Amino acid sequence: MTGRRIMTADEIRRATIRLSHEIVEKQAGTSGLLLIGIQRRGVPLARRIAEAIAENESVDIAVGALDITFYRDDLSLVAQQPVVKGTDLPFGIDGRTIVLVDDVLYTGRTIRAAMDALVDFGRPQAIRLAVLVDRGHRELPIRADHVGKNVPTSREEIVRVHLEEIDGEDGVDIERVVESRRAVEPVA
Amino acid sequence: MTDVLDGPTDAGELVIPSVDVAPEDGAVGWRHRHLLDVDDLSIDDIDLVMRTADAMREVLARPIAKVPALRGRNVTILFYEASTRTRVSFEVAAKNLSADVVNVAAGTSSVSKGESLVDTVRTLEALGAQMLVMRHSVSGAPYLAAEVFNGSVLNGGDGWHAHPTQALLDLYTMRSRLGSLAGRKVVILGDVLHSRVARSNIWTLTAAGADLWLCGPSTLLRGFEAWARHGVAGSRRFHVTSSVDEALRDADVVMALRIQRERMASGLLPSLREYAARYGLTSARLATAKPEALVMHPGPMNEGVEIAADVAAGAQSVITDQVTNGVAIRMALLYLLAGAAR
Repeated sequence: MTGRRIMTADEIRRATIRLSHEIVEKQAGTSGLLLIGIQRRGVPLARRIAEAIAENESVDIAVGALDITFYRDDLSLVAQQPVVKGTDLPFGIDGRTIVLVDDVLYTGRTIRAAMDALVDFGRPQAIRLAVLVDRGHRELPIRADHVGKNVPTSREEIVRVHLEEIDGEDGVDIERVVESRRAVEPVA
Repeated sequence: MTDVLDGPTDAGELVIPSVDVAPEDGAVGWRHRHLLDVDDLSIDDIDLVMRTADAMREVLARPIAKVPALRGRNVTILFYEASTRTRVSFEVAAKNLSADVVNVAAGTSSVSKGESLVDTVRTLEALGAQMLVMRHSVSGAPYLAAEVFNGSVLNGGDGWHAHPTQALLDLYTMRSRLGSLAGRKVVILGDVLHSRVARSNIWTLTAAGADLWLCGPSTLLRGFEAWARHGVAGSRRFHVTSSVDEALRDADVVMALRIQRERMASGLLPSLREYAARYGLTSARLATAKPEALVMHPGPMNEGVEIAADVAAGAQSVITDQVTNGVAIRMALLYLLAGAAR
């Protein structure tokens, strides 16, 4: 496996700040805004965006965590059940503008699952999507409202986002899947 | 989550559910196809069940307590013994996960016409059963079912042998109140001899490091002294005593077990009144335990016999917690086993 860094810690920081500005601009303020990170790396990203908004607008935006495991469309296909990391939405979502935050947007299936999960909690006014990296190859009619970096990739590549809170460092790498691993070792 | 749903999905291609997932985000490492007892669960397995149950508690607290995790799965519930809470708890758990639930009451089925257990299991499988929840009065019956059934078997209680989901929900209830059980004094009080709940709890509580005490009349502890001396899994110890005072002193948890009236006939107990006087969990006896000691009972209760009504309904009682946690634990187990069942 060969890795290549496509975003440094500084670039992640700047992208996060830009995302925070875009989110506030699109909402024309911060009224009604909630940030919900998708487990796992969407959650620290959502917190960072909230911190950036607090710094620029002096407003604290509530942050929640959403685990989409129970809503995956491949639960009957994977060999073992995935780890459930837990949902924590300490607020009602009725009538609010939800910004879903995730690290990588790929096929769009995670976002489909996240929207299904959200509507079980209520009826938001709007759901928007912010991602750190959009790597293309959508399989569903989904697009992001706010993108940190667009990265053209092939399906044979893996985009790995590392975040300080989980991985001990910030950085985004792109790796090529070794063919033999791809053929024999499904990763769920 | 790094787009975990990704991967080629054409029917002809190998399904790789995700190539974007870091190892720690991956599968859970649950390897069991059946849940027949708790004796073959590792500490890691037990911890995984508890963590998954935490997520299920969150689901139960939602305005709509239902997720689609087991959509399209058939969970068949086959109970050969009377039960309200365990059967309903499994049914609610399966429905909360969106499974299709089939209930078979053995009394009104072909079982009463003499159909064998093996034939019944094969028939239910042919009718679409993928997960089979089973209770039987004969110890070991679920093991026989697991030999012929191609899905997962969950033991909902077999004879005197095992009641794994009860032991796991008991452990979960204790942990959510006390944190770690290491060194905590846990007392199981009552008819240990006929109790599958006690037998399964011995495995999980000693695995969790509890200081476990079994207490009851010596006629209802037969065989357990030898087990206590020999140890559980070779090294884990527990205590056996007929002295309620010794057992309850400074206890952190007191779990009373039901005294079945039919035991009187066999001469194991002189009378219910004498049992209640000598071993019943009264507020006076509970006062000798730690002030915040938890009171538990697997149900159904004979109030005034093994437990006084005021103790069962008192501030220290977590009996209704046990019932609620039972749904979360059974959801967790159905979810984990569903991965291995296909």
